[in-house]
Amino acid sequence: MINFEYTRVNSAKAAVAAKSKNVAAQFIAGGTNLVDLMKKGVTAPQRLIDINALPLKDISSDAKGLSIGTLVPNSVAAENKLVLEKYPLLAMALNAGASAQLRNMATVGGNIMQRTRCPYFYDITMPCNKRIPQSGCGAMEGYNRMHAIFGASDKCIAVHPSDMCVALAALNATVVISGTKGEKKIPFANFHRLPGDTPELDNNLQTGELITAVHIPANRFNRSYYLKVRDRLSYAFALVSVAVALEVTDGSIRSASIAMGGVAHKPWRLTEVEKYLIGKSITANVFKEAAEIGMKNAKTYQHNQFKVKMGKSAIVEALTKATS
Amino acid sequence: MDTTNKNEGRRDFLKKSTALAALTIASPALIKAGDNDEKIAAYFEKVPLELEINGQAYKLSVEPRVTLLDLLREQLGLTGTKKGCDHGQCGCCTVHVDGKRINSCLSLAVMSHGKKVTTIEGLAKGEELHPMQEAFMKHDGFQCGYCTPGQIMSAIGCIREGHANTAEDVREYMSGNICRCGAYPNIVDAIMEVKKGGKQL
Repeated sequence: MINFEYTRVNSAKAAVAAKSKNVAAQFIAGGTNLVDLMKKGVTAPQRLIDINALPLKDISSDAKGLSIGTLVPNSVAAENKLVLEKYPLLAMALNAGASAQLRNMATVGGNIMQRTRCPYFYDITMPCNKRIPQSGCGAMEGYNRMHAIFGASDKCIAVHPSDMCVALAALNATVVISGTKGEKKIPFANFHRLPGDTPELDNNLQTGELITAVHIPANRFNRSYYLKVRDRLSYAFALVSVAVALEVTDGSIRSASIAMGGVAHKPWRLTEVEKYLIGKSITANVFKEAAEIGMKNAKTYQHNQFKVKMGKSAIVEALTKATS
Repeated sequence: MDTTNKNEGRRDFLKKSTALAALTIASPALIKAGDNDEKIAAYFEKVPLELEINGQAYKLSVEPRVTLLDLLREQLGLTGTKKGCDHGQCGCCTVHVDGKRINSCLSLAVMSHGKKVTTIEGLAKGEELHPMQEAFMKHDGFQCGYCTPGQIMSAIGCIREGHANTAEDVREYMSGNICRCGAYPNIVDAIMEVKKGGKQL
């Protein structure tokens, strides 16, 4: 690992000031992704700003919803009573990610900021527009079994690896950010970016900005489920995943929110499916039609064609599990 | 207690010679004497680190890039914790920091400042083995033994977190520890037995 300078900061203000002064600096919290990327030579920050001492470790709720501090470990969020009671979908998604050790280390903010696990991004001998802009894409004509089927570009077909973010997208969360100009909030749907011509940008966070919390609004969803399909039963990234949140009364769907993971450069909301489901009753045929709509505009590559059929089955399964 | 770094002499020599080599390669036109000294100093700067490992206090000075795993093994001679994949995928390097199981290969040592680290060496009380160590022996929870320190540290964490209620539960919450020999059924048995024993771990 290339050596770097290291500073610890004690406040969000100091963290933002330190980062604004140095574009080659990066924040470090759990380190589970960043340390790995540094070992592989994918990234080599000149300075690390350790934010672990910041007082951003609380989970609190009020009438408007739930706030989770950016430094809350994934395992703590997954076991939190308020999360389990009000947002079981989030707990399911958190527990579907990584291993118990990694969940103890990884933070909520770090989970949002993690980079893709595209093997061509990780292999520094291969071209990758995300790692080195304009260097090409190894995955496009390569082994692209794990790659995107929605929203990709001719520059990048990588997917966002998070499970937690898929649930947060379905729960209409907002990302709370601290910067030199004060605090701002970005709705989850607008936080991560599609690759377009600038796949090097994963999200819309600006230089110097720090995620301080995630806010999940109160909702009327009374049925939810997170389904993750992967190559082994535990501790693997999603081939596809589906987060379903429904408001069901008298056997009829009043509102729906559905997001998919493993299919795009960001958590992928199925807005047309959500519209379709409103007012529908819970039947196998409705779910089958929902799956058809959900996968309608999928664009596959040589090795990931299976994701369309798998995606449809996963949508049906997640809807069925959520309502049974 | 202060612990001297036994490799310090050798490491310092290597660092100095690397710095000298960097100086010789750099074009003289690019070198502003003071400026260059500062850059090299920053590059090799060590960070003070105070932490407790297995009940013993250490006052150290480490490069920021040293992982907790490398600090334990290479600088402190605590080789019980193993390096498998070095990328957080195998779980061999599992230790406890402030009582929680983590992958020491993905944690920078400087991030453990002020914390309490427990490694496999810190489990036994003198000649008396930890109940999890006893159970792994009783159930033959290993073959080659390389993953065992990580398995045992992780297993203790698994029970402390309240997860080992069924065999399925154990398999799920131990999925971060890979055993190349495939001793899984016996590992699950060992953990289930300790869980049923109900001892505070």
